[in-house]
Amino acid sequence: MTEKRYVRGNEQLRKQVFRLTVAASVFFFLLLTRLWYLQVLESERLKELSESNRLRLVPVAASRGTLLDRNGAVLVSNAPSFSVAVIPQDVKDKEALIEALVRHLGLDRTELLERWEKGKGRAKYYPIVLAQGISRDQLEFIEENRLRLPGLEIEMKPVREYPGGLLAAHLLGYLGEISEKELAETGFREYNLGDYVGKSGIERNWEKYLHGADGGKQIEVDARGRYLRTLNETLPTPGNSIVLTIDRDIQQSAELAFGDKAGAAVVLEVASGEVLAFVSTPGFDPALFAGRMPPDKWSAYLDDKRRPLENKALKGQYPPGSTFKIITALAGLEDGLIDADTTVLCTGSHRVGTGTFRCWERRGHGQVNLKKALRESCDVYFYQLAERLGVDRIARAAREFGLGEPMGVGLENEKSGLIPTAAWKEKRFGKKWYRGETLPVGIGQGYVLTTPIQLAAMIAAVANEGTVYRPHLVKRIIDPDGKVLREFAPEVLKRVNGKPGSFRFVKEGLLAVVNEPRGTGGAARLYEVKVAGKTGTSQVVKLRDGRGAVPYQYRDHALFVAFAPYEKPEVAVAVVVEHGEHGATAAAPIAGRILRTYFEGKGVIKRQARQGDAGEDDDAESPEESQGD
Amino acid sequence: MIDRRLLTNFDWTLFGLTLLIAAIGVLNMYSATVSYKLIGTPYFLKQSYWILLGLFLVVLVCSIDYHLLEDISYWVYGVILLLLVLVMVVGKTSMGATRWLHLGFINIQPSEPMKIVIIMVFARFFNGYPALQGLSFRDLGHPLLLLGGPALLIMKQPDLGTAILVVLIACSMVLYVGVRWRTAVSVILTMIPLGYGVWHYYLREYQKNRLLNFIDPERDPLGSGYHIIQSKIAVGSGGFLGKGYLHGTQSHLRFLPEQHTDFAFSVFAEEWGFVGCLVMVVLYLFLILWGLHIAGRCNDRLGSLLAVGVTAMLFWHIIINMGMVIGLFPVVGVPLPFFSYGGTSMVTSMVGVGILLNISMRRFMF
Repeated sequence: MTEKRYVRGNEQLRKQVFRLTVAASVFFFLLLTRLWYLQVLESERLKELSESNRLRLVPVAASRGTLLDRNGAVLVSNAPSFSVAVIPQDVKDKEALIEALVRHLGLDRTELLERWEKGKGRAKYYPIVLAQGISRDQLEFIEENRLRLPGLEIEMKPVREYPGGLLAAHLLGYLGEISEKELAETGFREYNLGDYVGKSGIERNWEKYLHGADGGKQIEVDARGRYLRTLNETLPTPGNSIVLTIDRDIQQSAELAFGDKAGAAVVLEVASGEVLAFVSTPGFDPALFAGRMPPDKWSAYLDDKRRPLENKALKGQYPPGSTFKIITALAGLEDGLIDADTTVLCTGSHRVGTGTFRCWERRGHGQVNLKKALRESCDVYFYQLAERLGVDRIARAAREFGLGEPMGVGLENEKSGLIPTAAWKEKRFGKKWYRGETLPVGIGQGYVLTTPIQLAAMIAAVANEGTVYRPHLVKRIIDPDGKVLREFAPEVLKRVNGKPGSFRFVKEGLLAVVNEPRGTGGAARLYEVKVAGKTGTSQVVKLRDGRGAVPYQYRDHALFVAFAPYEKPEVAVAVVVEHGEHGATAAAPIAGRILRTYFEGKGVIKRQARQGDAGEDDDAESPEESQGD
Repeated sequence: MIDRRLLTNFDWTLFGLTLLIAAIGVLNMYSATVSYKLIGTPYFLKQSYWILLGLFLVVLVCSIDYHLLEDISYWVYGVILLLLVLVMVVGKTSMGATRWLHLGFINIQPSEPMKIVIIMVFARFFNGYPALQGLSFRDLGHPLLLLGGPALLIMKQPDLGTAILVVLIACSMVLYVGVRWRTAVSVILTMIPLGYGVWHYYLREYQKNRLLNFIDPERDPLGSGYHIIQSKIAVGSGGFLGKGYLHGTQSHLRFLPEQHTDFAFSVFAEEWGFVGCLVMVVLYLFLILWGLHIAGRCNDRLGSLLAVGVTAMLFWHIIINMGMVIGLFPVVGVPLPFFSYGGTSMVTSMVGVGILLNISMRRFMF
């Protein structure tokens, strides 16, 4: 066998075994020496440490970065919040302690006991928070009676404060306790159970900049849990501040303009894509999410058919209605199918095959050219144009404006909308595209869906004649020392192929919409600045002619897109009023009010004396609004 | 096949010793986890199931001739190495390290079997490489290649504990085969300038800090140092006779980190004191010496090499874990064989014992 060849090698190995035996024994002897040192020589000192002096690691929460508007106005900041906690191992008389809290602080007994029970799973030296957000008076009482009630502790931690209340709630987002699922994710390695993290909006998507790093204190306490001294301390690093592109005044004015109507509005700077206002109504109170949400509030949010928790500016998908005619018109001009003077006879309806497509104006518009078609929103004109363009050509034009895909504004779950093509229908339904289906697409109905943010980007690109900027919400990030950490420049998302002439013809039409007699957008008119825009009314369901009282959820959506000033556009706005019925009466006045606030801020329009403060402003009617039905 | 002669030669000493240590481990597991909020099967029961599985593996490993290990060693080595590469590419990340391979129905951690496989390949290599005058510098080239791949891949995961173990097992086997004095000296002489260069020119400030914290945890009392301090207090406060079973305050008040896995021994030390520790250390020492004894009386060079490899694996686990618990070594995730909770460690250790038993009972066949 082979092993015989290595017999001498084996002898050598045997000798080595003895050496290894000695070496291993030496190691084990070292272990025993160390154990002797710890357990016999040092044991008294270490026993003392374990019995009476307990080392504890107390986290010191970092304060979260603030959120500011573009002019430095505070949108979200922090305020100290005090909470009452008990350390179970130090409590001498639980009953007396609960009694004192109930009697002197007016806290609810069952709730206290419930929280106490819940905290029991943890170690006995770990504080259980019994009540959060206590007042100064309550604080004083506890301070005075701490010696009498051993085990009682006060904890201070920064919590979010929202000076604007519900202002821009969907955009800013809210905080909540970190979930077990999040804790397991790699992005949250530094986090502990009980930490607060952003759950939506800016708070969520910029979490890693805002959170900061918690510090910690290693303290020594005696057997009864009393603090002896701090051995070591690592100071927390506050989070970075984020300067948003939002203008608080415009945001506020836009939200007020909606009143109690549901909808969304997005205001963009034409030359950069900076979002000046980002509105989704009704709003919600972000402060409620951080604490214990009262059950009645929660069910009120869920039951409201206006869906306050949904971010409609980003996730609401609406048929754009007649605002989409801008796209159809540009495609027609680009292909040379029409020019400014091409006329079409509108008799109130248009026939294709066996189908009849009606203009909203039953009596017809007569001879219509592009400007009149836009101004009076003639459907027949665009039916005919759409028929000649075909659905795929319209889709191509829409995609050039970024419609049909998420814009990547940097918030979660942005919706893409929908721009139909023949291939899409084939794939989705397995059916051929019918020519008759192209006609509604030409006026923004049918399968077409857009989000308010897409509409805003579209009208801004019309205003600047072809550049689609990615709408962005964050201007810069500032570290705790005030140094600029990151600065965000405008980003070009798409460029629209278009002859300058095409844009000019369309823009002239949009100017007429707002400023000429018979224009549908007169409600957005300003006298100091020329506004151009387009109304839209999009069908929710097809209704028979009889116009009775339509139930809320079946009423049409009202839309309006606009930019101003006409000559040198600075600002673009898109407004959607859910079930607002008519773009002209429901959406256009809101856009007008938003634009007014913008130009008031620029000093172009003199600030109107408003009755009272912003809070009471709800009923103040601007002249435009009186046109409403 | 198992014949009667093999059964007569079955090594009851080693088998009994293993069972005794594992049984004490279960007893200790009960105390270490009694303060945990319980969900599902208690830890000490699950640990018992792992032991049963381990014993089944022991029987399985015993029943085949260990020479088979030599024949398949390079194949197995290749497969595990491939799996390690796969982990790097498509591995499952948890707690910041990528160690697991997700195979649909089962998750495997290829770094763990590498501990056994490295023993197999080194045994095979040196079995055919007698080096009567001791290994020269050049002789170390091939072993270094065999070791380097897996060690670097495991280090990269990062799983420092396993990487160190694989290297230590390999080094132990090389030392067992024998190294020339000149070789040893020149290895050390190349390491010194290399280390100096890396420290001064390659490492960034924060990396240096991390390394220093690793070597001296007291530098970072909020992080890794906290664990070591608590563990030392637990061990030391046990005193000469201990606080008594189920009476450890450090563990029951949850001052100890990972007290059922890597720090299980500090729970034991607190409750059983120096006397208990003495018994445990002697039991483990006996296990190691018995492993070396098996290596020494084996007439077959391959068997001897395998026995030393397995013994080295157990030895380094024990030394590093206990050294960490009593504050001699930095904190690396190395479990104490048969004592720390966990199926992975139990399987590896039991397979090791199976190999030792295998060699021991075939000692008269060659």
